[in-house]
Amino acid sequence: MKKLMLGNEAIARGLYEAGVKIVSSYPGTPSTEITEFAAKYDEIYCEWAPNEKVAAEVAFGASLRGTRSACAMKHVGLNVAADPLFTLSYTGVNGGLVMIVADDPAMHSSQNEQDSRHYAIASKVPMIEPADAAEAKEFIKEAYKISEKYDTPVLFRMCTRIAHSQCPVELSDREERELPAYEKNPQKYIMAPANAVRRHPFVEERTKRLSELGETTALNRTEMGGTETGIICSGTCYQYVKEVFGDSVSVLKLGLINPLPVKLIQDFAAKVGKLYVIEELDGIIETHLKTIGIDCVGKELFSPIGEYNQSSIRAAFGLPQPETVSADSQIPVRPPVMCSGCPHRGLFYTLAKHKITTLGDIGCYTLGSTAPLFALDSTLCMGASVSGIHGFNKAGGKESENRTVCVIGDSTFMHSGMTGLVNISYNASNSTVIILDNSITGMTGHQQNPTTGYNIKGDPAAAVNLEELCHAIGIKRVRVVDPYNLKECEDAVLEELAIDEPSVIISRRPCVLLKYVKAKPPVKVNTDKCVGCKMCMKLGCPSVSIKNGKAHIDFTQCVGCGVCTQLCKFGAIETEVGKNEG
Amino acid sequence: MKVKNVMIVGVGGQGSLLASKLLGALLTDEGYDVKVSEVHGMSQRGGSVVTYVRYGDKVYSPVISEGEADFIVSFERLEAARHAPCLKKGGKIIVNSQMIDPMPVITGAAEYPENVLEELKAKGVFVDDIDALSLASEAGNPKCVNIVLMGRLANYLDIAYDKWIAAIEKIVKPQFAEMNKKALDLGYHYKTL
Repeated sequence: MKKLMLGNEAIARGLYEAGVKIVSSYPGTPSTEITEFAAKYDEIYCEWAPNEKVAAEVAFGASLRGTRSACAMKHVGLNVAADPLFTLSYTGVNGGLVMIVADDPAMHSSQNEQDSRHYAIASKVPMIEPADAAEAKEFIKEAYKISEKYDTPVLFRMCTRIAHSQCPVELSDREERELPAYEKNPQKYIMAPANAVRRHPFVEERTKRLSELGETTALNRTEMGGTETGIICSGTCYQYVKEVFGDSVSVLKLGLINPLPVKLIQDFAAKVGKLYVIEELDGIIETHLKTIGIDCVGKELFSPIGEYNQSSIRAAFGLPQPETVSADSQIPVRPPVMCSGCPHRGLFYTLAKHKITTLGDIGCYTLGSTAPLFALDSTLCMGASVSGIHGFNKAGGKESENRTVCVIGDSTFMHSGMTGLVNISYNASNSTVIILDNSITGMTGHQQNPTTGYNIKGDPAAAVNLEELCHAIGIKRVRVVDPYNLKECEDAVLEELAIDEPSVIISRRPCVLLKYVKAKPPVKVNTDKCVGCKMCMKLGCPSVSIKNGKAHIDFTQCVGCGVCTQLCKFGAIETEVGKNEG
Repeated sequence: MKVKNVMIVGVGGQGSLLASKLLGALLTDEGYDVKVSEVHGMSQRGGSVVTYVRYGDKVYSPVISEGEADFIVSFERLEAARHAPCLKKGGKIIVNSQMIDPMPVITGAAEYPENVLEELKAKGVFVDDIDALSLASEAGNPKCVNIVLMGRLANYLDIAYDKWIAAIEKIVKPQFAEMNKKALDLGYHYKTL
């Protein structure tokens, strides 16, 4: 039976068919749906961990106990999980362990464009890369066989175009696996120096055996066509190459992308005329070819920046492009914005109004950096706002402390913000930390987290109480505000900035997109009262615009949050139906 | 069959994912090789969104690039113009004539170019513009714009109309099936040009 499946859904299916029992992940675009789909199978225990390091270590524990396990993350998540990865390479596995990492070339939803293949090389762990959803499912099953046969964790590389593309996938049954009796093996699993020195040679030996596997595995395949041109590629690049060239060129498609084969590549190179390597992001396959003495064309022709497509491949080869047509007018950009009624908006308005320096973090609230609020000064990585403000204030002294805050979401705070808060408390900076608690992990599409009171299945779970947690960390001043109440926000921010001790403001209101949050009737503009001062426009709400010199509310988008009504000095925005509709 | 390319474009939150799910399921049932490519995450927050649907005997690339789309189904006027360069020569644009101001227009940094569809028509582009928002409201919910437009698209694809209805029943929750079938119908039978 064939089913149209998202790449991420196909991965989940592969985990199911491979008999995987434990999946622990932290959400991150474009990897999130892997774990969400896996959670739909009753045979797999799935969870949202507070961060990727925890998730990878949960998978390690499950492997140690003898089950097949997985964790899934976005590329930058692997930075967080890098610590367990490098030593997992030494311990190897008991039950198969696969770490799925989704790169985001072109940064559709990411803060950088890092190429996770470097991690496979650095940690000396095999890496597998599929070229579509159907392959993803099959390759995942192969990954578990390799993991157990070669005693190694396996990295499984996805990218946005495979994770979020659907294609027909052939379904098979699950292979159920018995839980073996636990056997203690300290020499293998206690990575103290005395044991680790014995495991490192094993890792080097394993890499040699994996290189040999690369010569013969079905994960790598040669498709001979015209021999004037030969192209080596992997993942989604294979699809673009086939789209442009069909069978007119020969292709070596690599599925095991670390370690890379030698003889297979040499044989292919010998059969073709001019050899090209086409790989998105860094020139890793190209570097390998040059190391083994094979001449090829790579990054001098293909950019290390962004995604490719059939058009960019045609352009690189100087092939004709299809005709195009376009409108004459300039088309204004349509960047993502905070939603109508987003609870973050009121708080950001307060920060922008008082020109407060604001260190930001990773989540929907990164959108507070955009026009017209321009409310952020920095966004680096998960948790960096809380750690960063401490450094900023230590460097800037009292003047900084009195006019600087940081903002971080509830899920990001649990991920890696709380350790930064421990540092603020322990090393005493008078920093003001604002937790934007919208009671969900928003940007990735509404995943539960340790503060929400529900687990991945939506069942009730223990909830971390943010106020008590902050108190326990040593922060005495913790207060909660409603971001829909501008006066309350302003009072809290100005008071906490003025006080010479660390404080936490929890800006609490659930994400407006949550199903249980009911929209109020849209507000309306009384055009008799509106003087067209555009004060309401300072919020950057997508529902508010100016039409014919007066404020106008888009009734299809407005959820009646009432923040704009508080800004109007003329009482022109009415929460009840007025006589003159805007 | 040679690969056909359909782009579904709009503003994040307008329901393009349901439209592509419907189309994808329909084409799979027809026995085609299908690739549907979406973007999730940041781009969905009121930004410009694109879904690529490709089908035929064998589909390789998951994306559609410039000059390749047989159809662009746009949920919003400006988005049709934004993606027009992806249209193949002789391709067709089906567009909801609704205008949704992007943030640069809201803040006054740019103006909404209201005549973009006329500009495209003047260049010989086939544009089927319909007031899908009104039709969706007539069907029972302004959010049905996506299905109204799928109904419109059904006029142009070589798939029997009753299969579209069957696909709705398969994809949409039972309590919303009637409303969506009405939306599909209103789009399908709408007269224009």
